[in-house]
Amino acid sequence: MPATPISPAALNGAVIEFDRVFFILNGRTLLEKLTLSVSKGETLVLLGRSGSGKTTSLKLINGLLTPTEGEVRVSGLSTKSWDPIRLRRSIGYVIQDGGLFPHFTVERNIALVPRIEGWDRRRIEARVRELLVLVGLDADLASRYPSELSGGQRQRVGVARALAAGPPILILDEAFSALDPITRSEMQKEFRSLQQRMRKAVVFVTHDLREALLLADRIALMEEGRVVVNLPVAEFKVSQHPLVRAYREAFAGPEEAR
Amino acid sequence: MDFLHFISTNRQQVLELTMEHITLAGVSTLIAALVGIPLGILITRIPSLSKPVIGSANIIQTIPSLALFGFLIPAPWIGERAERLAILALALYGLLPLIRNTYAGIKGVDPGVVEAGRAMGLTGRQLLFQVELPLASGVIVAGVRIAAVLSIGLATIAAAIGAGGLGEFIFRGLAMVNNQVILAGAIPAALLALAVDFLLGLLERRLTSLKSRS
Repeated sequence: MPATPISPAALNGAVIEFDRVFFILNGRTLLEKLTLSVSKGETLVLLGRSGSGKTTSLKLINGLLTPTEGEVRVSGLSTKSWDPIRLRRSIGYVIQDGGLFPHFTVERNIALVPRIEGWDRRRIEARVRELLVLVGLDADLASRYPSELSGGQRQRVGVARALAAGPPILILDEAFSALDPITRSEMQKEFRSLQQRMRKAVVFVTHDLREALLLADRIALMEEGRVVVNLPVAEFKVSQHPLVRAYREAFAGPEEAR
Repeated sequence: MDFLHFISTNRQQVLELTMEHITLAGVSTLIAALVGIPLGILITRIPSLSKPVIGSANIIQTIPSLALFGFLIPAPWIGERAERLAILALALYGLLPLIRNTYAGIKGVDPGVVEAGRAMGLTGRQLLFQVELPLASGVIVAGVRIAAVLSIGLATIAAAIGAGGLGEFIFRGLAMVNNQVILAGAIPAALLALAVDFLLGLLERRLTSLKSRS
């Protein structure tokens, strides 16, 4: 992976930009002056504890929320100027425990966006087969329902659904957090190699430092609605910022005990 | 055994009144569904309407059926024919379960699934028809079931305004102080209600298991 360039260069080639974004809900400031950017092929991990504003930030990217102040730009255009439907169909979204439609088969779940985009049936079928292979799922799972799958399989379907229409952007919200440690580690590795081939602009939300270090090109550490630290992963590892150190310590303990 | 004898000697009329009864209950439930389900959907979209709409349907439900038939008699066109009047009144009674169940059914859909749908770029209409309604269908059918059974029961009273149906036997039996005649109306009406309840119950279970998958 190429080293990620720092702000000015990144801003030019940025696919996703947060420009001094505030998000205020019922008088509570959930995001304060957020400035971030993600370029093509880059994986930004938003790391932070629950309530730090990670998920809110993701929802600002796909227009489920709009900034109170400032601007979120996707492919250079403010999310307020995008047609929300078009915007969302160009962004793959993976949610914790899949968020799959329980009344759709695996196949229909994966084919969702291509179908509403009006692809013809042959192309959809071929794409579904291709995606099942890509995310490591057996072809005969295609006709199953989500409730008949394991957690890991559901999450793979969630990833396949997000990738289906070939969106340039992928956002993942605690995508692997609900999985058992072994499946999680598998999915993380597979996701990393997938991203090395796909070269999308990825924003990955997690509260797990190890996951962040494994997947990120750059980590933005969030606390109470602010980005406290925003560094390429190599620099993050050695940062002496007190909060970064606190994270390292919190995660180092059990690791050493093993 | 007198009762069976009465049924068999009057089977032509029993059959006729049963058909009338089915028509009254069927058409009124259909109308209630055609009005109630869209109203139920509407109030999930415009939450400020939910209280007044459900409240009104609630009030209608508290009006005694005979009184409601009476109130509707002056209505133009409707009041001209007893069947029309009975169907309208029965449809009004069916509204509450249908509005309430449609509303509850849609509100009960996992918000995570709805948000996932929105995040994938489904339009409001696609979300409604492909996600919310299919997932609420079990609860909505339960509403249809309640409305249908209610309507079959109340339709017996429609005979009081001359709308026909199995209530004819019941009222005639009451006037004649003849239990056989009363039973000739009451038993088929009860069987009808049980049959409809059972069949719609099957459908409801099918739809409910579909969403969590059989």
